Amino acid sequence: MMGSENQSFQEAHLYASKEDMENLVLDDSLNGNKSYSNYRSALSSISDSHHPLSAPVVVTSVDSDPLLAPPSYRDFQNPGPAIASAAPDNSYLDPPSYADVIFSPFDGNNFNDANGVDSPSKRSDNSGSFSRSSSSNSEYIKITVSNPQKEQETSNSLVPGGNTYVTYLISTRTNLPDFGGSEFSVRRRFRDVVTLSDRLAESYRGFFVPPRPDKSVVESQVMQKQEFVEQRRVALEKYLRRLAEHPVIKKSDELKVFLQVQGKLPLPTTTDVASRMLDGAVKLPKQLFTESAVAPHEVVQPAKGGRDLLRLFKELKQSMANDWGASKPPLVEEDKEFMEKKEKMHDLEQQLSLASQQAESLVKAQQDMGETLGELGLAFIKLTKFETEEAVSNAQKVRAADMKGLATAAVKASRFYRELNAQTVKHLDTLHEYLGLMLAVNSAFSDRSSALLTVQTLLSELESLQSRTEKLEVASSKIFGGDRSRIRKLEELKETIRVTEDAKHVAIREYERIKENNKCELERFDKERDSDFLNMLKGFVLNQVGYAEKIANVWAKVAEDTSGYARESC
Amino acid sequence: MEQQRSVSGSSQSPRSPSSQPFLSVSVTDPVKLGNGVQAYISYRVITKTNLPEYQGPEKIVIRRYSDFVWLRDRLFEKYKGVFIPPLPEKSAVEKFRFSAEFIELRRQGLDIFINRIASHNELQQSDDLRTFLQADEETMERLRSQDTGIFKKRPADFLQIIKDVQTKMSDVVLGKEKPVEESNAEYEKLKHYIFELENHVAEAQKHAYRLVKRHREYGQSLSELGKSFKLLGACESNDVGKAFCDLGAKSEAISIKLQKEAQHLLMNFEEPLKDYVRAVQSIKATIAERANAFKQHCELAETIRLKEIALDKLMLTRSERVGEAEHEYKEASQPILSLKAASEEATTRYETIVRRMNEEMVRFQDEKTNDIGIAFHEFAKGQARLANAFADAWRSLLPKLDACSLDTS
Repeated sequence: MMGSENQSFQEAHLYASKEDMENLVLDDSLNGNKSYSNYRSALSSISDSHHPLSAPVVVTSVDSDPLLAPPSYRDFQNPGPAIASAAPDNSYLDPPSYADVIFSPFDGNNFNDANGVDSPSKRSDNSGSFSRSSSSNSEYIKITVSNPQKEQETSNSLVPGGNTYVTYLISTRTNLPDFGGSEFSVRRRFRDVVTLSDRLAESYRGFFVPPRPDKSVVESQVMQKQEFVEQRRVALEKYLRRLAEHPVIKKSDELKVFLQVQGKLPLPTTTDVASRMLDGAVKLPKQLFTESAVAPHEVVQPAKGGRDLLRLFKELKQSMANDWGASKPPLVEEDKEFMEKKEKMHDLEQQLSLASQQAESLVKAQQDMGETLGELGLAFIKLTKFETEEAVSNAQKVRAADMKGLATAAVKASRFYRELNAQTVKHLDTLHEYLGLMLAVNSAFSDRSSALLTVQTLLSELESLQSRTEKLEVASSKIFGGDRSRIRKLEELKETIRVTEDAKHVAIREYERIKENNKCELERFDKERDSDFLNMLKGFVLNQVGYAEKIANVWAKVAEDTSGYARESC
Repeated sequence: MEQQRSVSGSSQSPRSPSSQPFLSVSVTDPVKLGNGVQAYISYRVITKTNLPEYQGPEKIVIRRYSDFVWLRDRLFEKYKGVFIPPLPEKSAVEKFRFSAEFIELRRQGLDIFINRIASHNELQQSDDLRTFLQADEETMERLRSQDTGIFKKRPADFLQIIKDVQTKMSDVVLGKEKPVEESNAEYEKLKHYIFELENHVAEAQKHAYRLVKRHREYGQSLSELGKSFKLLGACESNDVGKAFCDLGAKSEAISIKLQKEAQHLLMNFEEPLKDYVRAVQSIKATIAERANAFKQHCELAETIRLKEIALDKLMLTRSERVGEAEHEYKEASQPILSLKAASEEATTRYETIVRRMNEEMVRFQDEKTNDIGIAFHEFAKGQARLANAFADAWRSLLPKLDACSLDTS
């Protein structure tokens, strides 16, 4: 039709003034394009320095946002910048008060509801119904990661001045007696975090050790990118805080040392694969040609690639025999309850993954709604302005007034959607967190199965050693006086059996220990999960209700104002 | 939702006893006819009237989209200056052509179209309207194919004129040219207003359309979330599991409401905005007609003026043979007479357009304020309804959730 030709060349002209229109009504914080990722980084960068912790809380929430702190009611009056922003006094828009959202529909529920919208990682709340904290009521440990800085690798750089890396300032505030002090800071690089994580994995087999952030292989250029460094900082902070929340790990030496000791991290680094391979290659011939048993002290760790080639081989053989062999392995996982639990965890992981994805879609859909509503509002504001300027008839003036009403409502609603979304992100984040935790669960389970495998292998080995001994004894008994070499062989065997028996005892002890850890952790996990999910659901629902009511009010007013046009029919 | 506007000619009273003249039309019952490429939709057009020109109090005919197009074109030709009501879009993406949504939108659009004609002072008296509302299907088909013939004869001219006027229009608006155009400040302002208006309304309509989509997407995501929560709830065997399941079920229920609202939004908010755009485009067509009429009027006047000058010259330099001069004079003045008649006609046509346009602008503004007011009302009503449904649904979960948290502590 005729119009289309005009439209395209006029459009460019229109959009040039869009920016002006955006600034006409709304202040900066409402400006259209705050993307989802901005929200997330905005959330985590909200300064938590003005959130004083009060007694009953074990640990601070990951994203401590003053809005969510039940004790400091006054914080409700000063919301954080990215969330419920105080709009400049503007005839179009009321400054929304987050308090209104929560408080108005629920008279008399006050703080309970405020707790309901707490950050998901806040484990124990001071309202009675949610409390999960046990004995450690007055302890706290608060970790902050900040101030990334570039530093040079001082020695051994093949490329002069080439090797740079980033360090972060890790600051801790605590009143735990185990730490010799209440406030301290150290500088650590990511490699140190990997070390910490590896050492913890070794020392705390069977526990649900929170997984560390990914080691992405990056080029130095990417490393220097602001965004990447910031993302990593956030991830590190989350990780360390989770470690500090774990009832057992927060007291670990490894963590203490990581948080406190200045200078180089005094934990054994994870040796690289090459040197392990070398070690293993050196040991292997000796292991093959002599009767060497697994030393008892080695048994408490799983067979590592490279170093314990022979042991790896034996365990691999054993696991094949378990799967394909004719006879039952010497010891099996009998705990039916555990097997069921394991199944459940697997199920849970799958469903969490799906739910986590859908949560992301929901957030995007809510964001889009808000955006489009805002754009619609702007378009009508432009129309209103236009009609007002060009008004020749009264009908135009009336229409312009109607449009203004609608536009205002649309802009308000758009803003509510954005606020709703920011909160939704925080609540549904619990899903993502638990999905991450499933990694920890899985690795705890695999600690258990590898310990079991070690035991099984040793048992099989003992069996075969026994039978060899028997055969040798039978053979040598036939020769009167004995065979010197056979006797020597027998003694060697007996010695090997003894060592292996010791190793077996240690391995069994280790296996039992891990089983116990699994059990405790599963109980803890179940309880905490229930509580966290309930909080999440409640917070999510409350949030939806609050904003739905606000949005309904906005539109009800417009419907009221335009009710004169209502048709009689239909 | 059908609109049945009861029309009573030019009187203000609504449907009243049979003493008041009225003409009411409705377009209903879309039915797909024909096969394959030639398939089309036919509609029932029901006319209820007490006007004497019509054959009886009620008449039902079957019409298809191209019949409406015929009517529109005839009215456009005969009632220059009137803003002929716009038709819903002609073409559609092939596979969408027979979707329920498209058909309903089109039906609604056609119903509005015919009713606007029936309630317009001048247009409702048109013969073509009567033919359209009453002729049997064969006659209609004949007329329709005839007219495409006539139309085909002149489309080039017609479109070319429009294009010329369009470029001239834009040029004038941009201040580039000043050809054979009316130099009327008020009219200039009007033209400028119309052109700008189209852009603004089109933009609003674009966002309205996107908003419909957003509603659908939001509904979809809530539905999916609901499903996944139900599955998650099945994993957990206790109260928390139940909570997840309940939430999931509510989420799915709400998503259905969103889809409904999306549909409502499309029919009652986006479509009226689209209609607004089309109406403005119809005005642009009238502007083109007026420019054309003005051009003709000017050109004829100019032609006559030149011819009269030539005649005068002739008079002054007449030859000795008076008889010859007289004969020449008579010959020269004959065409001038017919030109003068044509010129008068052109001037009348032009002035009629001007008069009509002035009236039409007033009517247009009133109509649009009303139409858009209704659309806004529906929009706000729908959004409020949706938000309240949300609030109610989510709120109903709270007591159970509260009960849960008391248990697990």
